[in-house]
Amino acid sequence: MNVNIVVNGINTKGDIEPRMLLVNYVREHLGLTATNIGCDTSSCGACTIHLDGESVKSCTILAVQADGGNVTTVEGLAIDGVMHPMQESFMQNHGLQCGYCTPGMVMAAISILKENPNPTEQEVRAGLEGNLCRCTGYHNIVHSVLACAGKN
Amino acid sequence: MLPAPFDYKRASSAAEAISLISEYGGDAKFLAGGHSLLPLMKLRLAAPSVLIDIARITDLSYIKDAGNHIAIGALTRHHDVEFSSVIKQHVPLLAHAAGYVGSPQVRHRGTIGGSIAHADPASDLPATTLALGATYVVQGPNGTREIAASNFYKGFLESDLAEDEMLTEIRVPKMQGAGWSFQKFNRRAQDWAIVGVAAWRRGTESGVALVNMDSTPVLATGVSAALASGSSIVEASQLAAEQANPSGDNNASAEYRKHLSKVLVRRALETASA
Repeated sequence: MNVNIVVNGINTKGDIEPRMLLVNYVREHLGLTATNIGCDTSSCGACTIHLDGESVKSCTILAVQADGGNVTTVEGLAIDGVMHPMQESFMQNHGLQCGYCTPGMVMAAISILKENPNPTEQEVRAGLEGNLCRCTGYHNIVHSVLACAGKN
Repeated sequence: MLPAPFDYKRASSAAEAISLISEYGGDAKFLAGGHSLLPLMKLRLAAPSVLIDIARITDLSYIKDAGNHIAIGALTRHHDVEFSSVIKQHVPLLAHAAGYVGSPQVRHRGTIGGSIAHADPASDLPATTLALGATYVVQGPNGTREIAASNFYKGFLESDLAEDEMLTEIRVPKMQGAGWSFQKFNRRAQDWAIVGVAAWRRGTESGVALVNMDSTPVLATGVSAALASGSSIVEASQLAAEQANPSGDNNASAEYRKHLSKVLVRRALETASA
């Protein structure tokens, strides 16, 4: 089936099987491998990207469902080599260790601030409930999101 | 993990969706947000030969004040239920419970109709709409019919929906100032409830429903009857599990679930009565 999906501002197309997952479309069809597959069961959030401006788990969406949609992956955040403020905040606040969950965390965090620009710590923690990190204990991730909210 | 291969069809109206499901029969499934169905398909616990994508039927995504009830289109997402000012005002228990479904990413995709039609006893919204005395509107080849939530759930992942019927609207009576509480007991964020309770109370009237306490969501009518006849909350909550037949799993034994349901019903009624 033919699909047309805007990914990071670029029109992409593919003739794909209906069962292809959106995460496989961005990783394998487009070669955008920053988005990770973790649990593959919509629990861990490593595959979080934005579809039409909202955080979603791309392991649990068919690419055909995103046909005509607008996708942003973590590769699409930096502008002219300048990191997105959330990426910068994760770096400044040591919001990552191994980095596997980080693309999903950053995309989830941006979505949180878009819906609630000035969250409390508890709101950040609740907003990240769909993203698992096995390294940091979350403390510096939460701190990164709060710091970014302060900056914006 | 990939689902087994299937044919993909897109419907642009409820009538077209019903026509397609009539054409392809029992081996076809409706696909809304996909956050119940796709995980099952990836685990190969379900392998429909045809998926009929109904998510683009935009006129089934709405929240309307219909006088004595709120009418919610079946394709309204959990996120929209959670943040709707109309639902927060008139059915606050439902807005609150919607905010406990999965994670924000799941709530951006999953729909209230999908959750109810999936009829998972461990899901939050089947029990919550059951407690609230909701009515479900379904459409089939011969028109629409209304089903009381209390008559809808027939077994594990089984409902009164016929193969060629589609859930189109959820009608939830306004709570009219009733006190309420939603109790979700789990060990980790975003998990299903080990046991959950949705409850409201207004004078002698109340509604109490249990999550994950049987093969269907359970309406604990014995608790409401006891409260109506003057029992205390402590006394009434002891009846929580009387109509339930929970099973045991890795998280909890059946006995533990029964105990937990009494504790959570008591807490819910104390909050709802405060």
